[in-house]
Amino acid sequence: MTTVLFQRARVIDPRNGVDGVRDVLVTDGKVARVSDAPLPAPTDARVVDATGKWLVPGFIDLHVHLREPGEEGKETVLTGCRAAVAGGFTGVVAMPNTKVVNDTALVTELVLSRARDAALCHVYPAGAITKGLKGEELSEAGELIGAGCVALTDDGRPVMNAALMRRVLQYATQFDVPVMVHEEDLTLSAGGAMHEGATSTRLGLRGIPASAEVAMVARDLVLLEETKGRLHVAHVSCEGSVRLIREAKRRGLRVTCEVAPHHFTLDDRAVGDYDTHAKMAPPLRSDVDVRALREALVDGTVDAIATDHAPHGVSDKLVEFEKGINGIVGLETALGLTLALVHEGVLTPRRAVELLSEGPARVFGLPGGHLAPGAPADITVVSPGEEWTVDAHRFYSRSRNTPFHGRTLKGRVAQTWVGGRCVFEDGQLKESR
Amino acid sequence: MRHLLGIAGWRRDELEALLDRAQAHLPGGPDASHVLRGRVVANLFFEDSTRTRSSFEVAARKLGADVLNWSYAGSSVSKGETLLDTARNIEAMGPAAIIIRHRSSGAPSLVARHVKCAVVNAGDGAHEHPSQALLDAFTLRQRWGALEGRTVLIVGDVLHSRVARSNLVCLKALGARVVLCGPPTLLPPGLEEMGGEVTHQLDAVLPQADAVMCLRLQTERMSEAFLPSQREYSRLFGLTPARAERMKPDAPVLHPGPINRGVELSPAVADGPRSVILDQVANGVAVRRAILEVCAS
Ligand SMILES: [Zn+2]
Repeated sequence: MTTVLFQRARVIDPRNGVDGVRDVLVTDGKVARVSDAPLPAPTDARVVDATGKWLVPGFIDLHVHLREPGEEGKETVLTGCRAAVAGGFTGVVAMPNTKVVNDTALVTELVLSRARDAALCHVYPAGAITKGLKGEELSEAGELIGAGCVALTDDGRPVMNAALMRRVLQYATQFDVPVMVHEEDLTLSAGGAMHEGATSTRLGLRGIPASAEVAMVARDLVLLEETKGRLHVAHVSCEGSVRLIREAKRRGLRVTCEVAPHHFTLDDRAVGDYDTHAKMAPPLRSDVDVRALREALVDGTVDAIATDHAPHGVSDKLVEFEKGINGIVGLETALGLTLALVHEGVLTPRRAVELLSEGPARVFGLPGGHLAPGAPADITVVSPGEEWTVDAHRFYSRSRNTPFHGRTLKGRVAQTWVGGRCVFEDGQLKESR
Repeated sequence: MRHLLGIAGWRRDELEALLDRAQAHLPGGPDASHVLRGRVVANLFFEDSTRTRSSFEVAARKLGADVLNWSYAGSSVSKGETLLDTARNIEAMGPAAIIIRHRSSGAPSLVARHVKCAVVNAGDGAHEHPSQALLDAFTLRQRWGALEGRTVLIVGDVLHSRVARSNLVCLKALGARVVLCGPPTLLPPGLEEMGGEVTHQLDAVLPQADAVMCLRLQTERMSEAFLPSQREYSRLFGLTPARAERMKPDAPVLHPGPINRGVELSPAVADGPRSVILDQVANGVAVRRAILEVCAS
């Protein structure tokens, strides 16, 4: 293991209350010292001049679809990890809705072994709540968690059966893992292709009302209160949901939530002329919802920014809007879109970093998320003012489905370090294999 | 060459010019059989509509074009071919225009982005049916001279109606006031932003209307629980002779067809003196000739 000395970085470490110019020494894959006085460089150290850059805890994405096993043409654990570190992420939580569902230890182990082979960033699998994501029988949560799953979720679909949902919240309390939910009442969203509003009316597309999400959030908060479980609401998209979650948090319920960059950046008008790259679940909502999400990011209602990175092939999107598959890739644009809120004055740099690293680590109880001595040296170095134009063809992800192609963003990943090893630098991957 | 994907995006003077041009294509007008002579017009219908397809076909033939009729029944679409594959195959046959009807909103605009010839929307999902709106406007203009300041009442299932959307945009662009009336479950949000006024009280607005446009009610709306029953719908929103009494004496009744007799319209009204339904059909050919002339030549 090499020793690394970062000099003159603006260290932003929300958990430890640090925001200022510091030198950071890394040894043996861990943070060794964070000093406001210049540190002498040990003889064998690599010295990184980080003047003008931010040095922050490595980002953690609680919501990523790696598509392996089953849809390796869209993404693999390896290509997903490449996209992750290129986006500044040192850890990702892999959703279980692969084409062999992660509902057994065997699949969990496969994902973990692919991640070890990739040797780029941490991959934390999430296990399915129900066998085959069918919403009928509980999967063996104990086995899944024993094999390394950090959360339970049927993401991609809701748990429509309220009794089953109540039971999994109860059952999971013995392991103290969060139950992560995709909130969508299928009877309300049925047949819908985008948010229900003036734009869906103009385009003649069947709408998905906000109530499809909000009603399920309300239901699950009621169940949460009874069961004393842990609920994590994935990809919150609308005003009604954040209002309920804010209120539940005030009352002390163990609920957390995440918001995706596309939901705080775009509204339903982005569908424009039937652009399938703006098609996702939950859909892009109204401008009122976007404002509410931004407020919730500021006031602490939202715990984490998570991308819902959802790779799809070109032909999945080159179809009639109603037929288009939901989802966009998000790992490589998340930082730029989050920093747009900083440049607009919506978020402080500290809060932005908190939402990308400390918050997600805390919510799922993952290592990292801060830079105190002894913490893993999972570090992202950011050039906050660097402008760049999103070019989907240059993504490290195997897929290119993004509505942000061509958009100019300010703020870019300069380096990504995982366990004290540089895995991404100056736009290039540093693979050990 | 230009596309007609919807009324949205067309300026008032362009719409007026198109309607003026349609005037010249009425029976008895100058011979136009040279306009598209030797050219091919492709009818690409992914949804059954004998009425619209025939109207476009007659219009194309009267301009001298050869018509290629493609229908999805028994086509390669059922074997998994995508919309774009189909469209590109048709395009390879060199048509001057592709006329497309599809059950998905936005399908014609997807095709238009990927082919070089003109694309004419003959109805897409619940989005637009521009040629219908133009023939409706033409029919009203024929009676009134101009639409400026007139009130047109559109009654029925606006939610699922491309005819309603296209007419709302078209009539507004031409200076008319548009009132939309129907049960709340069938009036989507945002109609006001498109310039419409919304009401659920048919009897209250009927006396204000200079024309009433009834929309076709799809019977499956009952099974989808948008409505309790067809009976209740016709009781609340059906245009009966008694209701027609409340209308201005010379206000016409329009319907895009085919009519569910006794549901949207009583037979006595559909076949009565107010009905301009057959004028609409006749004007449809002239308007579509004008559309093809503008888009394909
Ligand atoms: Zn989801």
